[in-house]
Amino acid sequence: MPVTVKVPTPLRKFTAGSESIEGTGGTVGALVEDLEERHAGIRERICDDQGKVRRFVNLYVNGEDIRFLQQLDTQLKDGDEISIVPAIAGGRR
Amino acid sequence: MGRTPLLRLTGVTRDLPPDVRVWAKLEGFNPGGSVKDRPALRMFQQGLETGELRQGKTVIDSTSGNTGIALAMMGSALGYPVHLVIPGNASLERRQIIEAYGAIAIESDPLEGSDGAIRHCREVIAANPDRYFKPDQYFNPANPLAHYETTGPEIWQQTEGKVTHFLAGIGTSGTVMGTGRFLKEKNPAVQVLAAEPDDSFHGLEGLKHMASSIVPGIYNELELDGKVPVSTEDAYDMVYRLGREEGLLVGQSSGGACWAALEIAKRLEHADIVTVFPDFGDKYLSTTLWAGWEELGPAVPAGG
Repeated sequence: MPVTVKVPTPLRKFTAGSESIEGTGGTVGALVEDLEERHAGIRERICDDQGKVRRFVNLYVNGEDIRFLQQLDTQLKDGDEISIVPAIAGGRR
Repeated sequence: MGRTPLLRLTGVTRDLPPDVRVWAKLEGFNPGGSVKDRPALRMFQQGLETGELRQGKTVIDSTSGNTGIALAMMGSALGYPVHLVIPGNASLERRQIIEAYGAIAIESDPLEGSDGAIRHCREVIAANPDRYFKPDQYFNPANPLAHYETTGPEIWQQTEGKVTHFLAGIGTSGTVMGTGRFLKEKNPAVQVLAAEPDDSFHGLEGLKHMASSIVPGIYNELELDGKVPVSTEDAYDMVYRLGREEGLLVGQSSGGACWAALEIAKRLEHADIVTVFPDFGDKYLSTTLWAGWEELGPAVPAGG
C-alpha cells in the first residue's frame, strides 16, 4: 500500500535530498521499518532504542498526530500522507 | 530590561567537586520573558538611530519564537507594526503571545524549520522591500553588542570577577559571542563555550546545529574555546531535573545549557561556571516537553 512521506530538511540526507518519498506498510510502525530498508539510518532518528517514537518527533497521518491515534499501530491506507515534523519547539500537541 | 538574577545551582550540582560552582543567569525575568529582549531592544534602538526604522515602516524578522515575542512587545510599546515569520511547528503559546501584542505571525513550512523561516522571510521582503525594517538577528552586530554591553558586565559584577567559564547555547550565537567577548576582555583566561544540538534533527528550540544550518553572519567559531554537543533527550531530562531538584521551570534550551555546563564542571576542580537559562518553561506546556513531565508523575505520592 503506497503512501507518501513528507521528509523534513534535516532528514533529507537519508533520501538523496527528496522532500517527499513513497513508502509502504499497514501501520506507521511497519512504514518506519520499510523506510529504514531503503533509507538506512532514518529509523534511529525517528525512534529510540526501545522502538518508541522519540519525544521531540511528531508523526502526522493526514495532519493528525499519531500520539492521539494509535501511535505506531496507527493503520495506514493507500494514498495517506505521513509527515515527519522536527519539533523545534518540542512539537505542537 | 536585563539585570536578571544569577542563581547558584545547588541541586543538580550536588555530585560536583566542592570548589566547582555552576551559576545560571535567569533570563526569563526579562519583561518579554526571555534573553531575546536584550538584542531586540538594541536592534530597535539602532534602527531608530540610523533612521532605517521610522514611522510607516513595518518590523519583520524570522524567528522560532522568543525574538518574535520580544520584537512584538517592543513594536507595541513604541508604535510600530510587527510581522513575524515563524515555523508552523513553533509552540502554540508563542503564536498566542505574539498575537496578544498585536503582531502578525506568518507561518513558514514546519518541515523546513528555522532555516525555512529565514528563507520565507527573505521572500516576503523581496516582494515589498521598502515596506520593511528587518532587525536581522542572525546578521546584525547589534545582537552580540547587546550582550557585550549588558549580559557580560552583569555577569562580571555578579560573580565579582570570579567567573572562570562562560557557556551558552547557540542559536543566532549573539549571547555567546557578545558576552564571551566582554568577559575575555576583562580576563583573557575565561573559557567561552557553546552548547549545540548533537544533530541537525533535534528538538531544542532556539538552538542551531551549525554544521548543517545557514550559519549566522555574527558567528565566529574562532572566538570559542570549545563546543559541547547536547542530545535532545539529555536536555529534556535536565529540564525535568531542574523542576524537581532546583525549583526551576525552564525551557529546553536551558536544559541543554545546564547539561553542557555540568559536563564541563565534572572535569574541573576549581571553577565558577556561568551559563544562561534563556527562558522559563511555561511557554512549552502545549508541547511534547510536557509529555515527559506527565510521564514522571508527582514527585511525592499523593497522600504520602
